[in-house]
Amino acid sequence: MELFIQYTLSGLTNGAILALAALGFVLIYKASDVINFAQGEFLLVGAYIIYAMIAQFGLWWPLGMTFTVIIAIGVGVTVERFVLRPMIGEPIISVIMVTIGLSSVLQAIVKMIWGSQPKEFPPFIPSDPVKILGATIGADRLWAIGIAIVLLGAFSLFFRKSREGIAMRAVADDQQAALSMGISVKRIFAWAWSIAAVTAAIAGALVANIVGVSGTISSFGLHVFPVVILGGLDSIPGAIIGGIIIGLLETYTGAYIGQGLNQVVSFIVLIIILMVRPYGLFGQQIIERV
Amino acid sequence: MKETMESGIFHTTYQADMTLRRTHAQKIRVVLLLIAVVIFPFFADRYFLNLANQVGIAIVGAIGLNILVGYTGQISLGQGGFMAVGAYTTGLLTKIFGIPWYLSIPISCFFTALVGAIFGIPSLRLKGLYLAIATIASQEIILWVVTHWNVVTGGVDALVVPNPTLFDIRMNTDFNFYWIIWACVGLTALLTVNLFRTHWGRAFVAIRDQDIAASVMGINLFRYKLLAFAVSSFFVGLAGALIAHYRTIVTWERFTIDVSVLYLAMIIIGGLGSVSGSFFGATFMTLLPAVLTNLGRAVKDYIPVIDSFIPYIQQASFGLVIILFLIFEPEGLRKIWNNTKDYFRLWPFSY
Repeated sequence: MELFIQYTLSGLTNGAILALAALGFVLIYKASDVINFAQGEFLLVGAYIIYAMIAQFGLWWPLGMTFTVIIAIGVGVTVERFVLRPMIGEPIISVIMVTIGLSSVLQAIVKMIWGSQPKEFPPFIPSDPVKILGATIGADRLWAIGIAIVLLGAFSLFFRKSREGIAMRAVADDQQAALSMGISVKRIFAWAWSIAAVTAAIAGALVANIVGVSGTISSFGLHVFPVVILGGLDSIPGAIIGGIIIGLLETYTGAYIGQGLNQVVSFIVLIIILMVRPYGLFGQQIIERV
Repeated sequence: MKETMESGIFHTTYQADMTLRRTHAQKIRVVLLLIAVVIFPFFADRYFLNLANQVGIAIVGAIGLNILVGYTGQISLGQGGFMAVGAYTTGLLTKIFGIPWYLSIPISCFFTALVGAIFGIPSLRLKGLYLAIATIASQEIILWVVTHWNVVTGGVDALVVPNPTLFDIRMNTDFNFYWIIWACVGLTALLTVNLFRTHWGRAFVAIRDQDIAASVMGINLFRYKLLAFAVSSFFVGLAGALIAHYRTIVTWERFTIDVSVLYLAMIIIGGLGSVSGSFFGATFMTLLPAVLTNLGRAVKDYIPVIDSFIPYIQQASFGLVIILFLIFEPEGLRKIWNNTKDYFRLWPFSY
């Protein structure tokens, strides 16, 4: 029983981080109809920047986190302005390839500046073991879950209550109508990409806390796909629930069935969902009209 | 009436209407290209022969992918997986059953076509982005099967394939295999160009342009989408099989999702939906890392730190090239080539 709780908590941690990464993905898709294949690299950049702030510059971690958030906003705005703005109206395969190219460039830049060896990350979140319901788990994982919950709740509120949030939902629904209501679609795009970059940076920082800083963080991005497809590409609660389900699924599979299978189980689930219910649990059904 | 340059269509026989190359200028260009391809290996050293062989294999794979993505409009990121199927099939047939390479390569092509059709089943329900994601999943699943099915594929260890021989001559030296590869290139190009003059090919293009209208006109979407996957995977499997026999060592690392992305980049940069675009794109993306490496070596004496950065510069340039082409010339190198030809054809009346 304790082992089960242990696995559950571990799965919840992975799920929470996946949900954070997926949130940015869903945001970009909701606001600007773009699939960001570079989401994993945003996590990578976030992790390395906070590594630079804390390990290389020796800043106090809240200060480092603040700078990381500011730099992430800058990255998001730059990418949107120079890479995605010219792609408006192009067929979807071009947009997909542009974000894939972006992911290559970001990976290469990170490796050029910091090298490709994994780095020791001085954890700023205490990782003393904590006993919950008989199972032991590092406190850093609990913090990760907590931070993810807080952030996800904050963003949900943001989208429901604040002006900018409602404006983003309007743009996601119908750009023309939003434009005619006086919403600046360009600013909304910039907002969407910035928030996505920030959530990815925070998720990256959490991942770095738990497993250290290395190039493999970007492969996390590939696991975001099953999450957003399960939850629905344009649904934020879907991203959260999808993340939790996939996180738990991968952990339970690895623990109870076999270590090798947990890498591929989320992709098998992905294909099954795509065949059975492509819009996911909470996504909006797009009915194709001729 | 035979013209030197295109200036309108004035065919007087069916044969004239259906030729692949109409004007004198086009025919001369093709002949020059053929002569260049035939003469090249006699004057090139091993390094350039090796490069030419890589380019040839890439062209075959790119044409295969273009059939699916460019002509039929089904986005596929499963290229690496299908090449792996082709490579491992022919490798295992040769190694375990002793089937000679000139038989096992066609067999593996057909088997890859079958696998491609199976993994194309999601295309019946999915379009666009969702199909792309399903093909990512198929790529990962194929690769997982290859690395974990130890009994058959040797798992993560390399599969060593015996050297292909013909009448006791070792065929996979750079010089000998050049002919095999480029014969396959010629065959693939010819088959593909002619495919799109048959009703299969026209059905594929109709599916890309407006699939609902195509189905209204009587094209069975189910059948033709699966056929598109099958035909495309046939050629992709051919590319994989050629790699297997050329390198004689088959490892899973050659067939990861990065390879799928590389081939997609080739056909997008070269030009979607055209065989000549596949030629341009495959050549460009295969030669780019080599050119950068040589540039880096040449500059090394002036900027010593460049040496360790070369792999990162290669990766960054890969992404940068994709982004720049998509921003500035989304129709690729083929459009640039056509623009150049048009400029000279219409000069001085370029308006």
